[in-house]
Amino acid sequence: MRTLSGTEVWEALAEVPDPEIPVVSVVDLGLVHAVEHDGERLRVELLPTFVGCPALDLIRRSVAERLAGMAPQVEVEMTFAVPWTSDRITDEGRRKLRESGFAPPEKGSEPAFGRRPGDTGRQSRPLFSTIPVRPSTTCPYCGSADTSLENLFGPTLCRTLFWCNRCRQPFEQFKAI
Amino acid sequence: MTAQALDGPVRTALADLLLAMADDEFVIGFWDSEWTGIAPILEEDVAFASLAQDEVGHAQALYRLLADLEGGDPDELAFGRRPEEYRHARLLDHPRTDWAFSVARRFLYDTADAARLDALVASAHAPLAAVVAKMRREETYHLLHMHAWLERLATGGQEPRSRLVAAMERLWPDALCVLAGIEGDDLLVEAGVLAEPLAAVRRRWLAGLAPELERLGLPPAPATPPTRCRGPERPDDFRWLWEQFTMVRRSDPEAVW
Repeated sequence: MRTLSGTEVWEALAEVPDPEIPVVSVVDLGLVHAVEHDGERLRVELLPTFVGCPALDLIRRSVAERLAGMAPQVEVEMTFAVPWTSDRITDEGRRKLRESGFAPPEKGSEPAFGRRPGDTGRQSRPLFSTIPVRPSTTCPYCGSADTSLENLFGPTLCRTLFWCNRCRQPFEQFKAI
Repeated sequence: MTAQALDGPVRTALADLLLAMADDEFVIGFWDSEWTGIAPILEEDVAFASLAQDEVGHAQALYRLLADLEGGDPDELAFGRRPEEYRHARLLDHPRTDWAFSVARRFLYDTADAARLDALVASAHAPLAAVVAKMRREETYHLLHMHAWLERLATGGQEPRSRLVAAMERLWPDALCVLAGIEGDDLLVEAGVLAEPLAAVRRRWLAGLAPELERLGLPPAPATPPTRCRGPERPDDFRWLWEQFTMVRRSDPEAVW
């Protein structure tokens, strides 16, 4: 039996679109946590973007379908082993988002929570206003920085709503998380 | 620490904590989803629907952790119990009531939940720590939003302010229940599952809120410790919600979805 290469697996994964935003793949979004194969078993672990995302099982199944047949045994699982953060979106993913009228999240504006080294869980943390920078972005249509945040929340868990004051169009930003 | 490494009493205490947290998230998710379409402004139709979706998603993850620990099925846990078997805090028995009431209730709940998550983020029970690390990041948006609304209503004039103050006075005794009512949390602390006892988490939560409440001239927490925090007695309002969220499941319990 021919040996499966890691490259082949990653190329296959790059063909699996995100169901909500099909211009980007699961690789573009940085959803792939681990790929293991030993000739018999191919195992892929994916990270959920948001705990409550209703598309998680659909993503898992789409990946499993694409990888079917690449090894005698194919396993695809969602894991919380590390939290998915929006800075995992690749540069290619960010470019594709912009090109399709969707603003990528601003790097460095992710909420700074989750476990950090040395965390005992007993430190006092501020209970509010924990996002250091209010979400802001440039318009993916006209490039203007004159944009207004309309809503921290959007039609899906992963989106914030913006308005461009210059070209007068609404657009969505992938939420920094 | 894996589930297998937890002995009987610690495992039971963890199961109780997971059920309480999951039920808290599940019930508030359903109450707040009711604002969809009838919130004061369109942005809040969207925001509350999104907040509710987050909460129900968190509940699902917590029910799954519980099912992994004790056996059973997350859907059965969520939809298959009688009203008296739910273990959510009394704070979540109240219906939507009005906008100020929902804002006050959600503000009190989200800040207490954040404090609870902070005490679990370094949990020795690895599956729990992992889910908490993810949830806590999402909660930052909840806190940002509800804090903004608290301030907006508190400083928005006589009517919003008076409604908010009345809501908080009514809700405070029940709000203290979010971080109460779990037996055996000392065992969880000893096992490293929880960073400190829930009473300490509650003190930290209240200390975190106090300066802001004082700044806005809002009622502080009462001194009386809460009792009868997590059922089994439930008011008619919750029984009504239970009928709503179990209606589809009860129409055909054997259906495969």
